[in-house]
Amino acid sequence: MTSFPLLVAQAESAEFWQTFLQYALIGLTNGALFALIALGYTMVYGIIELINFAHGEVFMLGAFLALTLVLHVMKLDEATPVGLWVGIGLLLLIVPLFCAVINVSIDWLVYKPLRQAPKLAPLVSAIGVSFVLMNVGLLWGGAADVHFPDFVSRHNLLGEDAALSFTYKDLMVVLITVPIMIALTLFVQTTRMGKAMRATAQDPVAAQLMGIHVDRVIGVTFALGGALAGAAAVIYSLYINTVSYQMGFTNGLYAFTAAVLGGIGNIPGAVLGGLVIGLARSFGSGYVGERWTSALVFVILIAILVFRPSGLLGARTREKV
Amino acid sequence: MTPTAKRMPVWPLYLGVLVVYPLLVYPERALAGLTEISVGRQLTYIFIYAILALGLNVVVGYTGLLHLGIAAFFGIGAYITGILTVSAYPFQTGFLVALVASTIGAAVFGMLLGAPTLRLRGDYVAIVTLGFGEVTRFTLRNLEEITAGTRGLNPVPPPQLPGFVETPLSWLGIGADWSLDYRLFYYLALGVLVAVIWLLANVERSRLGRAWVAIREDELAATCMGINAARVKLSAFAIGCGLAGLAGCLYATTLTSTAGPDAFDFNRSMIMLCCVILGGLGSIRGTLLGVFLLVGFDNVVAPVLDGLIQAAQINTSGNRFLTFSNWKLMIFGLALVLMVRFRPEGLLPSAQIEAELGHERKSHRPAEAPA
Repeated sequence: MTSFPLLVAQAESAEFWQTFLQYALIGLTNGALFALIALGYTMVYGIIELINFAHGEVFMLGAFLALTLVLHVMKLDEATPVGLWVGIGLLLLIVPLFCAVINVSIDWLVYKPLRQAPKLAPLVSAIGVSFVLMNVGLLWGGAADVHFPDFVSRHNLLGEDAALSFTYKDLMVVLITVPIMIALTLFVQTTRMGKAMRATAQDPVAAQLMGIHVDRVIGVTFALGGALAGAAAVIYSLYINTVSYQMGFTNGLYAFTAAVLGGIGNIPGAVLGGLVIGLARSFGSGYVGERWTSALVFVILIAILVFRPSGLLGARTREKV
Repeated sequence: MTPTAKRMPVWPLYLGVLVVYPLLVYPERALAGLTEISVGRQLTYIFIYAILALGLNVVVGYTGLLHLGIAAFFGIGAYITGILTVSAYPFQTGFLVALVASTIGAAVFGMLLGAPTLRLRGDYVAIVTLGFGEVTRFTLRNLEEITAGTRGLNPVPPPQLPGFVETPLSWLGIGADWSLDYRLFYYLALGVLVAVIWLLANVERSRLGRAWVAIREDELAATCMGINAARVKLSAFAIGCGLAGLAGCLYATTLTSTAGPDAFDFNRSMIMLCCVILGGLGSIRGTLLGVFLLVGFDNVVAPVLDGLIQAAQINTSGNRFLTFSNWKLMIFGLALVLMVRFRPEGLLPSAQIEAELGHERKSHRPAEAPA
């Protein structure tokens, strides 16, 4: 490369940094979405040490509810611009509520009777629940991918001819996810219920002895996790514009990877993990090849679990004997 | 349990029925003319899946390591067989070499996966194996130069029969041409399955088999008793995954193709896990029953019901709620949830687990009031 004229080299490096930054932007936006889903995994795991396999499916059902509401109830594709924004606001209320109710019901019906069972029993049940919900999604939306109406403009905020692209869509993801994450952190750090959640995560028995209603705390955790998945479902549908009954499985696994990467049970860790997974996916598809992206994420997952099971931010814990 | 007089074992009866069935009922009429399904052909696949499930049972049932990627090893076995036998490759070793190589190859991969998971806690083992399964599937799909991508490798040639068996086969009315008569595959799969069952029934009672169970029950206590946990877990991975590879070889041979990578996806692993849990973890009889019920349901009952619905003209508009196959996932899922909740020991549990869980259940009952 030394024989290249200096100018060409400079232009090349400018181009390199341009694409690099572009991949980074895409990665961070997608990562914010994974982080929202990952938070649900990590909070539930933090409290009852259960990998809630059904979480991805709750996210998927949220997307289908959003689709049904948009097409058949609110008829947003014919709405005025103001109506559209009100409609999206309503979606961000109704869908998280719906997902929270599903998640809490699953806990009550399936996981709660198994609290004292051997540890693998709730995990196997979670896989079963995820199958049932996936089937509900299949019956609801059909086997094929469904198009979700494209409401948010792809207009580039950095100017039409700018080399980098950051669209209204990307802005929407950031504008919704960041406040949610801040609110969640404040909730866990400052409120009474947040303190009870942290106490239960540390030691459920001791928490119960201190007068904390552990079952209620677990219920609130499932509700919060479900609501986050619902919010993620709305943003995902508006951002990606395709929903399918299989989206819960893959995105759930990416989000779970993110949670493990950050240190499972650790809330800032899940956000960090989500961003890293988003970046890994976008750089992977940019520099390695689209078709290897998923394999890359799973290789990261395996490597983290094997070499640093506590994740990036997690404390090293020993399994209780 | 009270000691009873030694009963006659019933397995020779089942085996006898399975051996005689295709000789009596051949050629089969397609079931009620509704589908193209032949019970004998599907039984062949049930035998193959039974070997796969028995392999999974070694890892999940005996040793208690939740393995969510067994389909990957099934696929590795199928693809090793494909690479060793199809005409696109120079090896063309024939069936027997491929059978041994698939088993050993899958066992080696199993140990490669098992080794780093030894230190991990139970639920992390599940995730690592799941991730490995997905990586294998993507790799098989993407390495098109080696695996032919989604098309799969084919045709996988049938095994070469030694000349002297052709005459006795013809007395039984079985032709020696594999492509015309499925019964050769049927007896091949049945024979291998019986050998595997015999092997596992012996291993189960051996020092190694008891060590697996000890690790499952309490790893710490087992280690204190002088069991080398790492070696025992690795052997479970090797034997379980090796059996999966063996099943993969039979699958590719019977199908005359490695199928595509998507035949070895997470769903395949999950159906196998459902079979083992439904039948009873750590129980050979239970696993066989689970495979018979679930794979039979998946491959025979569901298509027949769909055919019935179609024939009865109930669903002329193609409504997806009235297509039976669209409810399969729900049935599998509910089976898992309900079994774990109400009968965690399975339908035909091993004596040990039954004693343990049955006892637990009794002790949970409220004490009866004295008269």
